[in-house]
Amino acid sequence: MDVFLFFLFAAIAVGCAVNLVLQTHPISSAISLIGVMVSLAALYLLLGAEFIAAAQVIVYAGAIMVLFIFVIMLLNTGSEETEPVNALSRFLGLPLLLVMVGLLSVVMLDVAPPSQEVRFGSFTGGGAADVGLLLFTKYLLPFEATSVLILIAILGAVVLAMREVD
Amino acid sequence: MDFFLLTIVKAAIIAFIFLTTLAYLQLLERKVIAHIQRRPGPYRVGPHGFLQPLADVIKLITKEDVVPPHVNRTFYILAPFFAVFFALIPICLIPFGPQVEIFGITTLMQLTDLPVGLVMVLAIGSIGIYGIALGGWASNNKYSLLGSLRSSAQMVSYELALTIAIATPLLLANTLSLQEITQAQSGFYFGFLPRWHIFQMPWPQIFSFIIFVIAAFAETNRLPFDMPEAENELIGGFHTEYSSMKFAGFFMAEYAGIVTICSIGTVLFLGGYNPLFPPELGSNFVPAFLFLGGAAILFFHALQAERWRDKITFPLFGVVFLGIAAIFAVPMLWPYLLPVFWFVMKAGVLIFLFIWVRGTLPRFRYDQLMAFAWKFLFPIALINLIITSGLVAVVS
Repeated sequence: MDVFLFFLFAAIAVGCAVNLVLQTHPISSAISLIGVMVSLAALYLLLGAEFIAAAQVIVYAGAIMVLFIFVIMLLNTGSEETEPVNALSRFLGLPLLLVMVGLLSVVMLDVAPPSQEVRFGSFTGGGAADVGLLLFTKYLLPFEATSVLILIAILGAVVLAMREVD
Repeated sequence: MDFFLLTIVKAAIIAFIFLTTLAYLQLLERKVIAHIQRRPGPYRVGPHGFLQPLADVIKLITKEDVVPPHVNRTFYILAPFFAVFFALIPICLIPFGPQVEIFGITTLMQLTDLPVGLVMVLAIGSIGIYGIALGGWASNNKYSLLGSLRSSAQMVSYELALTIAIATPLLLANTLSLQEITQAQSGFYFGFLPRWHIFQMPWPQIFSFIIFVIAAFAETNRLPFDMPEAENELIGGFHTEYSSMKFAGFFMAEYAGIVTICSIGTVLFLGGYNPLFPPELGSNFVPAFLFLGGAAILFFHALQAERWRDKITFPLFGVVFLGIAAIFAVPMLWPYLLPVFWFVMKAGVLIFLFIWVRGTLPRFRYDQLMAFAWKFLFPIALINLIITSGLVAVVS
């Protein structure tokens, strides 16, 4: 059951990601991105990290993507116009992509810790209390720095928006 | 395998009751608003219009399903499904009662109790916006688009106040599981005052309850905040171009949203399935006496009925009420029925409040709505959160 669900959501995630690139209309792409986020959250759930799954959905699918879609709808942008692909990228594109994926996986295998056996639902320590404790003890400085960064970004947006349009 | 079977049975029961409730909620709303405006409301189908929902369902199913030529087909069809799907899921996290034993099986009176249940409900609720947003956009109609833009902006704004109002009682409960939140509110002060979060020391959550209710009106797009479908400016708002079952989908999603948010309010602030006053003072007999009283009123009216059919329907319903009272009077069934009774009563009062407000208050202007959210509700919620966390830190 777990394995079946894993492959189902993994397939949905990859399918949505490919669809995101292939679609020409921004709304379709944005919806595909939401599909990716939600299926990633489902994968977290399968591993047993409920809080992280919920946070993933709230932050990405619920907040950031709503803003994206809101802006796309407000501007009412049409479909993207595709230019004819030139011969070089048509013949070299796919092989180069494969090479990049291969290189990436080699590097990842190198960097990632030696693979322990991963079991579904075996992940503990991802509850709200654990995450909160870590945020306010071990990662306090990065947490506060990020908050200040976001605050600066918001202030910047407000200042830019307040400028009179000529 | 036992677990799967049990879950399927529980899911079937909850789904059946929930969907029936949704259908009858619409009748209740029309009836209550009608009585507020001094008219009888739906009256033709069945006694006092009681079979109206059935007729409505048949009407909606058999109506022609029009897809206008100018819409974005994919998203136009997907949107109502999105709306219904994400509106129906959260009910599986709501606790209707504690752990009980039925036929030798011990189980929670709840579909599933996640350790982060509340966050999950918020997460599902936050994706629910897409139904309305996409529906309005895909309709390719300026009124629909305006409606869905308003809806997204309004829901994002009020979600802030709502989430902070939800976070405050969590400081007292110290858990995210809805079952444990309810249990944290059991017991009584001085032997009679329930330890619900709106009464709980050190800082009663009455303010965050009020903020929660106000934000809940906006989250469910209800009057006085029903800007997305403001009839007199936007025709029908986001669902202008929808008909038949697709329209019914949005309709159902709205009512499911009301039920969900009222259940969450009940669990968070009103003590969930805990009784209003302790069993020592006789709270176990409340439902039986309530239904007995209802039966008495019905019989009394049957004696004075002027129309001949009232002489049949009133006693009939009186007998039904008597039967329910008899069921509630059996002590053996109390562990199963009483929690559900208290839960439904509290959630029902909140739902009635939603309908009552709709019948009473006029609609806000859009800029007033936004200013209210950002300049009043949000700061008040924050101040309340700070006071609560300070007091909790001092006490513990």
